Amino acid sequence: MAKGDPGGTTRSRRAAPRSRKGATGDPELVQLLTPEGERIDSVTGPDGTEYRVDFTDEEYRGLYRDLVLVRKLDAEATALQRQGELGIWASLLGQEAAQVGSGRALRTQDMAFPTYREHGVLYCRGIDPIMPLGLFRGVDQGGWDPNEFKFNMYTIVIGAQTLHATGYAMGITMDGKTGTDDGEAVIAYFGDGATSQGDVNEAFVWAGVFNAPMVFFCQNNQYAISEPLERQTRIPLYQRAAGFGFPGVRVDGNDVLATYAVTRTALDNARHGQGPSLIEAYTYRMGAHTTSDDPTRYRIASEVEAWQAKDPIARVKTFLEKQKIADADFFAEIDEQARRESVDLRERVLAMPDPEPVTMFDHVYPNGSPLLDEQRAQFSRYMESFEGSAH
Amino acid sequence: MATETLTIGKALNTGLRRALENDPKVIIMGEDVGKLGGVFRITDGLQKDFGDQRVIDTPLAESGIIGTAVGLAIRGYRPVCEIQFDGFVYPAYDQIVSQVAKMHYRSRGKLSIPMVIRIPFGGGIGAVEHHSESPEAYFAHTAGLKVVSCANPQDAYVMIQQAIASDDPIVFLEPKRRYWEKGQVDLDAPLSDAYPLHSARVVRPGTDVTVLAYGPMVRTCLEAATAAAEDGRELEVIDLRSLSPLDLSAAYESVKRTGRAVVVHEAPSNIGLGAELAARITEECFYSLESPVLRVTGFDTPYPAARVEEEYLPDLDRVLDAVDRTFGW
Repeated sequence: MAKGDPGGTTRSRRAAPRSRKGATGDPELVQLLTPEGERIDSVTGPDGTEYRVDFTDEEYRGLYRDLVLVRKLDAEATALQRQGELGIWASLLGQEAAQVGSGRALRTQDMAFPTYREHGVLYCRGIDPIMPLGLFRGVDQGGWDPNEFKFNMYTIVIGAQTLHATGYAMGITMDGKTGTDDGEAVIAYFGDGATSQGDVNEAFVWAGVFNAPMVFFCQNNQYAISEPLERQTRIPLYQRAAGFGFPGVRVDGNDVLATYAVTRTALDNARHGQGPSLIEAYTYRMGAHTTSDDPTRYRIASEVEAWQAKDPIARVKTFLEKQKIADADFFAEIDEQARRESVDLRERVLAMPDPEPVTMFDHVYPNGSPLLDEQRAQFSRYMESFEGSAH
Repeated sequence: MATETLTIGKALNTGLRRALENDPKVIIMGEDVGKLGGVFRITDGLQKDFGDQRVIDTPLAESGIIGTAVGLAIRGYRPVCEIQFDGFVYPAYDQIVSQVAKMHYRSRGKLSIPMVIRIPFGGGIGAVEHHSESPEAYFAHTAGLKVVSCANPQDAYVMIQQAIASDDPIVFLEPKRRYWEKGQVDLDAPLSDAYPLHSARVVRPGTDVTVLAYGPMVRTCLEAATAAAEDGRELEVIDLRSLSPLDLSAAYESVKRTGRAVVVHEAPSNIGLGAELAARITEECFYSLESPVLRVTGFDTPYPAARVEEEYLPDLDRVLDAVDRTFGW
């Protein structure tokens, strides 16, 4: 590689450009950055599609910043839960590349339908990272405007959002908003466990039948709470797509570059009217499913260690260092930014007020309901009866 | 005034047609709603005239029908989903109660799901299992949903259009055994003024007992009222029309005059709409009541085999018997 040549193009920096099918020891896995921080020029996926990225140095550094910030904010939320400030937290630790890679692949006009773990995608959509903490703190149900940010509300029932995404994508087609570079596409996030749900399979059927501009993005983090992948499937998940009549691809979900490339390609195919596809981002949830479970009960330390060696951030850092795209000052600056933002997040979470109790009656119906209004009035009178008392 | 004699089924069809004409965002989706026009032909001819982008034959999966409609609603469409039969709604139950009902609340008003879920409900047509159920209590119990039921052609025509125009998600229960009953329909009837969607209506005034019903039981109660009149008792029959929210003012006003109330529905009595009505009326009209509020309902069994459904379903005799009993206290 053209080391010490920051002014050169991305291509010129690749000392040993390689194009190959699959990646290290796993022909099924699309990978552009190895766990050792080695760049792979391009990869041909199982369906013959060639995947590559062409980032500027600034863009590489931006991806690194995203990964570090997202991990730090997630760690802060976990700490806040441990200190009793959040009721529960669903950590994304280990899945940063899958989320940042796919999240950065979205164009402004694309719509995302998340689960409750997509804090990294939420961050990429430009939403204040404090937003999901209100949900987990119990002061609201997530406060962002889904239409403004093109990022729907978190969905807790497993797989339900894949149908919403598919319907939304059908609407895009009905609106005539596909077929051009400006076309819109939809991405639905779900996990390996969700692939067992009827809704996800129905969404596959619908998306296929209606050729919806849809990307199904499965973060296979290997566990549905305690249940391993073998409890959900007997074939690789990406292969399920074939049965529904659209392409499926498995990408190294710990590789932010490959995740970006694969997602961008799938979204572009969708927006150009080529219909749905399934991406299986092969990754690992390093922490617990949520702060309520204990992963040491259901998985062994050596497995976790093996995945630690594939850490999505470490490999980008190695790459940036090796290629002299970033220096120690840069890494220190990012760490400092992450520290500042997590402190800021902490302070703002602690300052989050409880909602006024009467607001629980708000927004049940767009058009209201007389019986609910009556109940609200009764409740208000009841609450007012305590005013001035020792309560 | 353009008045025509229509069946309830044709009135619904005409109302749906109007809704499709008036708002390009309205879409109809369901199993067999296209070329076939639905198994009850309620969507007859609509796909032919509005195309398969507006009247969509869906894959055979109820959760998918409702779940994709949620996404379409977020996108700005107004989906009208047909569930083929009452007993087939349960695969979609999660989407209806966890998603459709809660999306507005969850998003603090940023999203609305202006969806209508049409369900032909109730028995009396000699059908096999899963084709004759009355699931209204499940939905009426769910905050965020509204539930209505029409009982005559005029209401069928107007209410379906009102429901589609409403931003609230609405479960629209159609009395399938009455689909073929005819009545006068004013096709120019205003949609908002005369009878708001969530209002009850006195369909036969009376002085002695208030009889509360909805959907298929309204006619049964009207027949009971005719029979009772021969015995010198004047029943006041109220068509609730809206099951959630209940329009209780009409019921209270009536019961305070008559002093007696009988609630009639096909659904099982246990934790049913009748229980709610009895509790509310008791609380509000306690000093006016001459007797307890009585219920005439289906039994607390699964819907039985067709050859005994006439015994299961409330009929004129059971309504009259309950009326008699209110005079026994």
